[in-house]
Amino acid sequence: MNAAPQSPRYDATAIAAHWLLAALIALNLALGLYMHDLPLSPLRLRLFNWHKWAGITILALSALRLLWRLTHRPPPDLPMPAWQRAAAHSVHWAMYALFFAVPLAGWGYSSAAGFPVVWFGVLPLPDWVPVDSAWADALKALHKVAALTLAVLVLLHVVAALKHHVVDRDGLLQRMRPFQS
Amino acid sequence: MIKILLSLLATLALGAAARAQTVDPAASELVFVTRQMGVPVEGRFKYWSAQVALDPRKPEAGSVVLRIQTDSVDFAAPEVTAEAQRAVWLDTSKFPQAVFQSSGIKAAGSGRYEMRGKLTLKGESHDMVVPVTLTQNGSRGTASGSFVVKRNDYRIGEGEWTDASLVAFEVQVRFRIALSGLPTS
Repeated sequence: MNAAPQSPRYDATAIAAHWLLAALIALNLALGLYMHDLPLSPLRLRLFNWHKWAGITILALSALRLLWRLTHRPPPDLPMPAWQRAAAHSVHWAMYALFFAVPLAGWGYSSAAGFPVVWFGVLPLPDWVPVDSAWADALKALHKVAALTLAVLVLLHVVAALKHHVVDRDGLLQRMRPFQS
Repeated sequence: MIKILLSLLATLALGAAARAQTVDPAASELVFVTRQMGVPVEGRFKYWSAQVALDPRKPEAGSVVLRIQTDSVDFAAPEVTAEAQRAVWLDTSKFPQAVFQSSGIKAAGSGRYEMRGKLTLKGESHDMVVPVTLTQNGSRGTASGSFVVKRNDYRIGEGEWTDASLVAFEVQVRFRIALSGLPTS
């Protein structure tokens, strides 16, 4: 690849994408947990649509982010035991997989339940599953399990990052810290 | 009793004007599309009956009466079906039937007709014009068309739901009625 010495930090685009998506995903996970068993009401209708708009936004931004990630080399790993390195990379790639699986399952669930997704109430998205209650039940379960798994992985990711900062004091957070050149 | 006699007389009178056709419910549908925050959500009525007497040679003598069993409303999502039956929407226990009664049918050229009539829904009646296309193959045929019903004209979606930005006032209705026994020329 390139012979220039590698920066110890992620590039500005990767950092911006990380924090923007972190905020969107955390908000949408919280929204999903709050709204899922609300009784039918104007509030439920609004929250469900906002949740879907945010989910599709996360899906689209994650696709761009993955492209960026695959075409831009991240900084080298800090020194750490091999199992920690392997765990960190596994969690990162599992989270990437879920950035796609969670919104795709939610989108399919919405279609199967007879509610096509219209992004921001303006752009109708195609239904890629039929309107069918068996599909709706299966995709709802998948959406839920995938989202809860993502929530657990996000927590693991945050706890591990804080452990590097507080216990190891190895400056790991500097790699992803925003507003710093 | 008097009502029954009157409707019997009316039926006989209509029968004299144009012979009634037989409707095949299995090949017919009454579908509507609501728009919730821009999202088209399709529903339908499973049970309805139609008395259709159409004579393409003499459309003005024809008549159509459609009776809809309101609690047969059906959406893909069961919670929406249950919601639609509630008092703020169709109030199906108080208003179990919706009726469309034609008052005049005019030819509009090449198998198309303009049907005027009155729709009574949730105790409200309004005049409307329904475009009908009739495709005929021998004595069989299909009458189809679509038109808009404004839900607020019929108090469908009251209280907190009286908000067109949540659920649009315009509801697109689409019908297809399979007929046999059409007069052949």
